[in-house]
Amino acid sequence: MDLDSLTQSNSEWLRGTGPESDVVVSTRIRLARNLAQFPFNTRADEAARGQVADQVRECLGELPVPKVLNFVDVPSLDEISQQFLVERQLISRELAEGDGPRGVAFSSAEDVSIMVNEEDHLRLQVLRSGLALDECWEEINRLDDALEEELTFAFHEKYGYLTACPTNVGTGIRVSVMLHLPALVQTREIQKVFHSLQKINLAVRGLYGEGSQALGDFYQISNQYTLGLSETQVIDKVRSVIPRLLDYERRARTAMLKEKKEQLHDHIARASGILRSAQTISSEETMHLLSSVRLGVNLGLIDDVEISTLNELFIMTQPAHLQKLKRTELDSADRNKARAALIRNRLTGDLRD
Amino acid sequence: MKKCRRCSKSATLHITELRQGEATEIHLCETCAKDYLSQAEEVSAPDFDVQFDQLEEGEHPEVSGIDDRTCPNCGITFREFRTQGRLGCPHDYVEFESDLIPLIENIHGETQHCGKLPKRAPDSSRRQHQLIRLRSELKVAVEEENYESAARLRDEIHQVESKLQGNDSSEE
Repeated sequence: MDLDSLTQSNSEWLRGTGPESDVVVSTRIRLARNLAQFPFNTRADEAARGQVADQVRECLGELPVPKVLNFVDVPSLDEISQQFLVERQLISRELAEGDGPRGVAFSSAEDVSIMVNEEDHLRLQVLRSGLALDECWEEINRLDDALEEELTFAFHEKYGYLTACPTNVGTGIRVSVMLHLPALVQTREIQKVFHSLQKINLAVRGLYGEGSQALGDFYQISNQYTLGLSETQVIDKVRSVIPRLLDYERRARTAMLKEKKEQLHDHIARASGILRSAQTISSEETMHLLSSVRLGVNLGLIDDVEISTLNELFIMTQPAHLQKLKRTELDSADRNKARAALIRNRLTGDLRD
Repeated sequence: MKKCRRCSKSATLHITELRQGEATEIHLCETCAKDYLSQAEEVSAPDFDVQFDQLEEGEHPEVSGIDDRTCPNCGITFREFRTQGRLGCPHDYVEFESDLIPLIENIHGETQHCGKLPKRAPDSSRRQHQLIRLRSELKVAVEEENYESAARLRDEIHQVESKLQGNDSSEE
């Protein structure tokens, strides 16, 4: 599969559409599964991992699912390409940095993927733009059923689907909703919100999952418990907090508009101005400014850029994406220049490098 | 079935308490368990990480015996699991079961899967899960004083139980 072609296309989950898309960027569900006849990856040697990868690869063509999943062999990729897949949320850092036979199979819209030989033998993932919990569950449940026709998963009557880490045992499900919460960050209400989520055992993570920073005011809300609740109960638990979070964020936005519209408008227009004219810009500053502009579009203060363009820029301006676009390795200074040029191009049509 | 430690009803909840590295099993009926758990809640429940830390400090000689136990299937020792936080193979859940249960309970607050079942699960598994579902339905029916369906559920439970007992291969 030609990864370079992906730089020209947009992942389905970046479309910027779907229910509640002014706040909800995307919805993701993943399932952890292991093949019953092999040790988990911590104790599996090269040969066993190779067999796991082969078995999964072989059955991909047979799956009665509507989307074709293409397998990418991760060890054969250079470091930039591996990082590129991480930035597109198709693989985790752990898979990129791992060793031995491993890979990822994904659909052309990048909305369905199966990581092979990460922490667990299989990590199924379905992503959607906006709030789409039921759609994600339906699709991943069908994919899981289809895989189960071909593969035997490790399962225990009491503990459910068995996983390498006991934190995932049972359903092996992780339900995550990615939210853009700039107003709650600016009004410093965000910590309170997180505290109350943690109290009911929901986890809050940054853009790239576990341990990552909340760059660009993006936060992922997800379940922690995977045992003792059915999959739909877990989904409902995550679903139940979303309306309140949307309400808080929108109220904070309205209050900001009401109380300090001029200041806010100025702040957002300046962010837009910098992005449209900077000649060199860091990844961190980019995320920060894009977040402001995204808020500006959702508040109707800016109307000459699409949300999907901004969503896309969040990903396209990441280091590996820039290097893929340029088809060469770039050091940090060169990346900052390439990043600024790319943003100017997307926002103003400026084609100069 | 075990009797409740506090009254003579049959125990439906089996609580494993970890205090200073020592695990004690407490069997309670539902009413007493509610009491017990609401008292225990005041002392905040140790989370997953804390538990790992405590075990790792090695202050508790009584757990060191457990540590060296090795899974005959994948060769991992319990000590290795504690260090890396990952198990070696599906069989570890059986091999180290008694030590994993308190951990699993700490992480999830539950120890019984009630989600999806593999389509190819053996009949015995399907029956076990049917039992779990029926028992929870029975509980609801009793709570709602819906004795007609409670009686029906009880019969169903007996039926499934006798089928399971008639099938010795129920344990995998």
